Amino acid sequence: MTRFLPALRGHARIVALGAALTILAIGATFLLDPYRNFQFATIAAYFAVTAGLTLLVGQSGQLSLGHAALMATGGYGYALTANALAAAGLTGLARFLPAFAVAVVAAGALGLLLGLAAARLHGPYLAGITLALVVAVPAVATTFKALGGDQGLPSPYQGVPGALQTLIAAEQWHAWVAILTAGAVVTWLAILRGGPFGLRMRAVRDDETAARLNGVPAGRVKVSAFTVSAVAAGAGGAVLCFITQSVSPGAYTLSFSLLLVVAAVLGGLGSIGGAAIGSFLVVMLPWLITTATSQLPLSADMTQRLTGNLPVLIFGALLTVTILVRPSGIVGLIPRFPQGPREGLRSALRSPSTE
Amino acid sequence: MFLIATGIARGAVFALFALSLVLIWRATRIINFAQGAMALVATYVAFAVTGATGSYAVGLAVGILAGGLIGWVVERGVMRFAPQSSHLTGVLAAIGLVMVLQSLLGIFFGAQYRAMAAPFDRSAIVIAGVPTLSVNDLFTIGITLVVMFALAVVFARTSLGLQLRASAFAPDVSRLLGVRVTRMVTIGWILASAVAALAAILLVPTELGLNPHATDMLFVYAFAVAVIGGLDSPGGALFGGLIVGVAMSLLTGYLGATVAPIGVLVLLVLVLLLRPAGVFSTRKERSA
Repeated sequence: MTRFLPALRGHARIVALGAALTILAIGATFLLDPYRNFQFATIAAYFAVTAGLTLLVGQSGQLSLGHAALMATGGYGYALTANALAAAGLTGLARFLPAFAVAVVAAGALGLLLGLAAARLHGPYLAGITLALVVAVPAVATTFKALGGDQGLPSPYQGVPGALQTLIAAEQWHAWVAILTAGAVVTWLAILRGGPFGLRMRAVRDDETAARLNGVPAGRVKVSAFTVSAVAAGAGGAVLCFITQSVSPGAYTLSFSLLLVVAAVLGGLGSIGGAAIGSFLVVMLPWLITTATSQLPLSADMTQRLTGNLPVLIFGALLTVTILVRPSGIVGLIPRFPQGPREGLRSALRSPSTE
Repeated sequence: MFLIATGIARGAVFALFALSLVLIWRATRIINFAQGAMALVATYVAFAVTGATGSYAVGLAVGILAGGLIGWVVERGVMRFAPQSSHLTGVLAAIGLVMVLQSLLGIFFGAQYRAMAAPFDRSAIVIAGVPTLSVNDLFTIGITLVVMFALAVVFARTSLGLQLRASAFAPDVSRLLGVRVTRMVTIGWILASAVAALAAILLVPTELGLNPHATDMLFVYAFAVAVIGGLDSPGGALFGGLIVGVAMSLLTGYLGATVAPIGVLVLLVLVLLLRPAGVFSTRKERSA
């Protein structure tokens, strides 16, 4: 990255890079047909969530199997607020922004609660409690009538704003909103990851006792990591609700939650570029398989069995093989550019005895 | 009263399944998140064999054997290669396995629920006007107690049990003293998977039926049981199983079946926040 923007350092470089990639992605929506743009928007929403998850797992060492539940919180928060505001006659940005804020705050609050429990737990216990959380999502949705039961909630359709109406279709507009949100969330995550907070997370992940001895408040770092990750998940859930105009418990199952974990692991845990690759794969591969199986001369029953299960089979196998054979994921396969002074400093810190 | 009685029967199954988690945890310090899916494969085998032969006993026996075999394959084929450096690896590898097994079951058997017959009468026996346990419940509780007692005897009284415990607590020293530690780990997995298969085969007929996701909840319940009892303690598994079984049965009876998962979540959070070491755990902290 240094070679592209040599003059910029630190936060400024991350923001510039994030802005450039966001503009590039928005430009790319002009090349796609409406359905592709819908897929692109979905990928962007997943990207925000996966980037948060990969930060949590890869950098702070806490495994969450329940990110779908945090997304659902964001989605319901968005839908409830947007419906209330729509009833009050608000549209456009005046409706989107408050609803989005509620979604993010709700998911963040749940993440904070989980994080408080998580800070006292290690590895498998945390994974188990997040698993219990995501299994409870349908139960919560059916128990509380305000959440619409199994049907879930609709959220108001948001069309293209007036000035752009002649220029772009609704799907493309939705993709823009998703890309802008993902861009903002991921840039924020990248700044956190590159700064002192990232360093503290890695310190706690590698050796909690040593981190504590060096004055790193390990508990607080873990809780913060969980909250940050939950905020990203809530943002992703809100955007997904915005583009699909609905939120329902059936969309946030355990299988979906595991798929998010697959996206984070396949790309490469801890890597934001890896999260982008992973999100792309978990959206596009099932679609490819559905397209492929519909071409094959199979019975309707068999086609239905394959379309639902074949992607899961492939992702599960990839997950196990990746974690056992190449834990660095797809990003680990890409040869790295010679790095700038930051990387040099890091390797110097790692092996002081070679001087 | 009836709710408590059925709760005890279900709790016995949860305890049995939790015991299988405890077995693997003690041997390898891994919580096997794939245990539910592995037991489910064995249950499908038992279902198919019972259907083909018409005998529940043959199906049960073959199912348990299949469970052991799956444990052997998974340990030798997958889990052995999980690096010990990070606890994440074992969990993630197991999650991948869950996805593979469940999707394979979905492809071969379809997503619909299949009714699985219980071996004995499921209607409650009425004592002095109060409905209590059914014959099937008594069979479940009986078999659970027998298996738990047998495992306790194996672990406490036999040479194999001593070697299993030794390799779990001090692998390096055990290896020096001539214990084949890797073989003991494999045996631990086989035992645990067979026990889990038994638990799933006992539970599935009393629930909705056989489905590729039929053991998801069983795993969550058993995990809660293991956490309440403490993962190091087989006795805690029995105690925790009874608590969770009765609590879930009462919740389902008074508030409806949909509330049960929320109940488990609340129970888990409470136990982990108030008594993080588990009720029976001997360790101070839950470090993995």
